[in-house]
Amino acid sequence: MGTLHTLTLAQTLHKLAEKEITLADLYRDIDTQVDVFNTKLNVYLTRNEQALSQAQERACLPLCGIPLAIKDNFLTKGIRTTASSKVLDTFIPPYESTVTSRLQQAGAVIYGKTNMDAWAHGSSTETSDYGPTKNPRNPEYLPGGSSGGSAAALAENMCIAAMGSETAGSIRQPSAWCGTVGLKPTYGRVSRAGVVAMGSSLDSPGPMGKTVEDTTILFDAIAGHDKYDGTTSTQHPPKLYNALKKGVRGMRIGIAYIDHADIKGTPAAHSIEQAAKVFESLGARVEHVPLSSTLKNNTMLTPDYAIGVYTVVQRGEVSSNLGRYDGIRYGNPRSCFGDEAKRRIMLGTFTLSKGYADKYYIKAQQVRNLYFKNYAQLFSSYDILISPTSPGFALKLGATKDNPMFGELEDMLVEPSSLSGLPGISVPCGHDSKTNLYLGLNIISSHWNEEKVTRAAYAFEQHTSWNSWIGDHT
Amino acid sequence: MSTSSRTPIIGMEIHVELKTRSKMFCGCKNDPFHAPKPNIYTCPVCLGMPGGLPVANKKAVEWTITLGLALGCTIARLSKFDRKHYFYPDLSKGYQISQYDQPLCEHGVVHTEFGDIRIRRVHLEEDTGKLQHTTVDGKKVSLIDFNRCGVPLVEIVTEPDIHSSEQAKAYAKKIQQIVRTLDISDADMEKGSMRLEANISLADDPTVLPNYKVEAKNINSFRFLEQAIVFETERQTEILDDGNIPTQETRGWSETKHATIAQRTKEDAEDYRYFPDPDLPPLKFDDAYIELLRNNLPELPEALQARYESLGITSAFATLLSSPEYDSNIVDEALHLGKKNGVEANNIASVIINKKIDTSKTSAKEIVRITTEMYTKDIVDGTEIASAVHVVIQEQPKAVGDYKSGKQQVIGFLLGMVMKKIGKKIDTKIVQEMLMKVLQ
Repeated sequence: MGTLHTLTLAQTLHKLAEKEITLADLYRDIDTQVDVFNTKLNVYLTRNEQALSQAQERACLPLCGIPLAIKDNFLTKGIRTTASSKVLDTFIPPYESTVTSRLQQAGAVIYGKTNMDAWAHGSSTETSDYGPTKNPRNPEYLPGGSSGGSAAALAENMCIAAMGSETAGSIRQPSAWCGTVGLKPTYGRVSRAGVVAMGSSLDSPGPMGKTVEDTTILFDAIAGHDKYDGTTSTQHPPKLYNALKKGVRGMRIGIAYIDHADIKGTPAAHSIEQAAKVFESLGARVEHVPLSSTLKNNTMLTPDYAIGVYTVVQRGEVSSNLGRYDGIRYGNPRSCFGDEAKRRIMLGTFTLSKGYADKYYIKAQQVRNLYFKNYAQLFSSYDILISPTSPGFALKLGATKDNPMFGELEDMLVEPSSLSGLPGISVPCGHDSKTNLYLGLNIISSHWNEEKVTRAAYAFEQHTSWNSWIGDHT
Repeated sequence: MSTSSRTPIIGMEIHVELKTRSKMFCGCKNDPFHAPKPNIYTCPVCLGMPGGLPVANKKAVEWTITLGLALGCTIARLSKFDRKHYFYPDLSKGYQISQYDQPLCEHGVVHTEFGDIRIRRVHLEEDTGKLQHTTVDGKKVSLIDFNRCGVPLVEIVTEPDIHSSEQAKAYAKKIQQIVRTLDISDADMEKGSMRLEANISLADDPTVLPNYKVEAKNINSFRFLEQAIVFETERQTEILDDGNIPTQETRGWSETKHATIAQRTKEDAEDYRYFPDPDLPPLKFDDAYIELLRNNLPELPEALQARYESLGITSAFATLLSSPEYDSNIVDEALHLGKKNGVEANNIASVIINKKIDTSKTSAKEIVRITTEMYTKDIVDGTEIASAVHVVIQEQPKAVGDYKSGKQQVIGFLLGMVMKKIGKKIDTKIVQEMLMKVLQ
């Protein structure tokens, strides 16, 4: 058996261009890997039978026919799209999402559709109506979510690169738990058209990869204005790939959240302190940004409020967005909604109801505005802020049982920046050799500044050995 | 009858479909009434498919502001779209995109001969699909046609300033005229591109709003609007006379029964769970943009009528001539040309209205020519007329005899013969006088 499936996207593109490898060999290795692991890990819900032939047709395009794992909430024309809900069990979209359309036009191939939390409601991939995905690094553990299938596909080399989507943490948290890289673009940078809507004011489709470099290649293919999404920015997106190697010399970096009561003294906090030292050694100016319970200059507003704000805003939008699945048009009745979706519909309906909207939804938007202000001030002093992606290592399968707020607690540290629409990336920054599980470093910056985020992440990745495709950290 | 002691308190909601080329939030064709088949002008957005996102139609926003300006409204500098949630099979997304607390236009006024009516708000939303209840293969089924789903729809809401069926009708007609003058909607009530709703209640003291209201819907002509209001006034009077309060409800006008029929009660205010649509960025307008639209407003029927009257056109003609069915550019050109050639404005108006001239097909020059032909007389001297009269009397001894024996109506025949003989356009009065003098 070959090992072409273990290549990164950048390596694959290089080897295909140099004719060192063929698409047929690449797909043979990927197919073998998927055949072996898919039953065990439950990564792909649907596989594209035409993948190889489409790849051959696209061999001359920039992305050379490389196989991508696509989260199952991207509508793919002619390929079943379920968002991991039985409500859409038989839904075959008549149109293509903007993101997958741009990727294919650039030469990529949809290899398969990956498992996720149903409707992206969760941070474990355990709420999928098709069963949980297991963490390839240690199958007793959760992969995180909601883009858990895509992160697992990368970790087990069941694809070359992947796409996920994030509302708050859904790209970065599974990337952290699976030891992969996930880039959440600025809200409005990548089109939501053709992505099953969850929290419409937060949803950000974004690339997931084995390395930072890989995520920038995909970002460059999908970013930019889309006439089918009125919330996309008309600004010309930067080419992240070209700026990757600019380094962090002179960058002003703030360390956030590691003084939070839940984080202090944990392996996650320790890994961030180590990361800070790496950045310092590379010429950045690093300092702690103290936590604060009120809005004050040069302090981080506590993420504690974000849980409430995010829950109210996102549930409200969910209850509205899921109204269309009324059982009349998409095959399956409303009884097919799982418990988590039902909980969210009920909570969201409540918070938007007359007499309660002011108390909850409007109030939440006001607090959301405080985070906006907090970041606007902080980014006048710092280029990027770093923090743990998640409070700790992956949790065991079943951890979400009887814990409806599981996701919110796991995503607490990324919720404030997601509510503010900021870009962020998670890169591996720690590893537990006993469990073979990973920690993630979350790097965020101000709106439209993906370039600073990926530059810093690349520098970190290149000068540490946490990334299993680059270094050897065992 | 105690009707006279109570004042009808009526507020109206008028929906008008804008005739933009594409729909409100997608690129689909906006032409639901001429669609050859159901569900052909549809796409993922208006079908409410997963992942479909609305993008606002700029033209529709502009036209709504224009309408607001024509109605004397204040235009919002910051506006937004909200989601209005309710379940109905013809509503593809489970919510309608509408405007809740920041409508595009507010606080306007419409003048009618029965008094002014304040406009509370004008807002923009999307129309729904249409249900068809029919039988297919012997089975009763409900079919949905989404061709209309997502068509831009403007809602014009008045304050409860209307106090009679006549005033309601005058108001609705005025709205139709304005909308047609602005050329933003066909405002065809039969097809449903203009829909009327009236909230009707009766007050003992017209300065105090009653504690109930009845919403009358399904009204697709001005006549039905009047009839529905008269019917409701009588129905509610009876209930109030009995010491009861009419139920707060929606009633539909039945053309066949000539009555309003209860549709659903509205005891609990509905909860639409409005919230700002996160898919649509807020709308911002600067003063320069609003002023540009204001300056581009066409002359509205009211102003046009006043101007026509100032040119010497009778009030009756001016009212008719200022309606949007006449192209005011052509009318103005004809009036201008007429003035240069000494043709009276009122005569031109008379010709256009009485001869049913289609101003979209007739040139101003042609209108003036017709008017001139009808009203200008050739100058013919008395001797020419006198000789023609004599010749005719000699040629028509029988008719002359009949006249002299008392058959007065024969004069018309003789008159015609004289006119024919002269062969020119002259005042028949002069000829008739001379003819009668000679015959005496």
